[in-house]
Amino acid sequence: METVSLNNVKVSEAPEGIEGAGFFATSLEKAVGMARKNSIWPLPFATSCCGIEFMATMGSHYDLARFGAERLSFSPRQADLLMVMGTIAKKMGPILRQVYEQMAEPRWVLSVGACASSGGIFDTYSVLQGIDRIIPVDVYVPGCPPRPEQIIDGILNIQKLVESESLRRRDSAEYKAMLNKYGIE
Amino acid sequence: MEEVSTEDKIITVLKENFADEIVSIESPYNFLTITLKPEKIISIIKFLYDQERYQYLTTLSGIHFPDQKSIAVMYQLHNLYANKRIRLKIYLPEENPVTSTLTTVFPAANWMERETYDFFGVTFKGHPNLTRILNVEDMTIFPLRKEYPLEDQTREDKNNKMFGR
Repeated sequence: METVSLNNVKVSEAPEGIEGAGFFATSLEKAVGMARKNSIWPLPFATSCCGIEFMATMGSHYDLARFGAERLSFSPRQADLLMVMGTIAKKMGPILRQVYEQMAEPRWVLSVGACASSGGIFDTYSVLQGIDRIIPVDVYVPGCPPRPEQIIDGILNIQKLVESESLRRRDSAEYKAMLNKYGIE
Repeated sequence: MEEVSTEDKIITVLKENFADEIVSIESPYNFLTITLKPEKIISIIKFLYDQERYQYLTTLSGIHFPDQKSIAVMYQLHNLYANKRIRLKIYLPEENPVTSTLTTVFPAANWMERETYDFFGVTFKGHPNLTRILNVEDMTIFPLRKEYPLEDQTREDKNNKMFGR
């Protein structure tokens, strides 16, 4: 039987920097990026079958905990990542938007599945034709529903954004203009 | 002696009491369907409730007939004692569909009438709270009327060339 040793635990690689006897120097941005990337608190906004795939993603088989995102936040105020999984009816739109507005910066949005991304098969008067009509989206995961591997791929893409995002991007005029486009101050 | 069926009996009783109100009597798929004039529909249902034990309202809904320029309101009643069902239909004009509320007889008609109002725009006079029940409050159309397309018209990625719109 294979024994599990601590040697199998992979530790996040240190960012580039200058190393010497007893010191290591790197930029604050890189250190913060690394810390944020590996401790994302997702808020699951699951409204239909994509939410079931998310349950599998969080389960032991796929185990999102491997990527530092095992602590789900059910309060938007503490969450870093809004995961929208499922059909969003137009009546649900203002609620989703309120949840997004309650999240503190920095915040990211992952749109999981065809319905959240484009309305999917529900091309009808009562369904929002993609959540990007009301809130900005960082990564889209296609599929109807996507398999857990695809959801993990989406999370990994979010991690890339989180790791490389400048600490000051959220203060930039472009970012504010982007939010204004959605009517968020 | 041949036993008189409940269907025949109810038709006889209705003809005796409301002969002027009956427009037509059919039995599609063995489901007794009586089309009535809209004015006295509530008193007829009340009569069926009191006298004929049709005391369960299965459903109530609207149907749009654009060719006839009318909106039908359809009531399904169930006599749980005899296990017999009956469907009553009234036709209202498309431009101003107004009828009386059934909540005076069946309180359960409250949400059904709100739904019928929400989707077909039928006004039920005397309803305690005739507001939209399922759709967004600021919706201006009655989406199950045939003149309104099913698809969301705000989508740009589906054009005529690719989706036959």
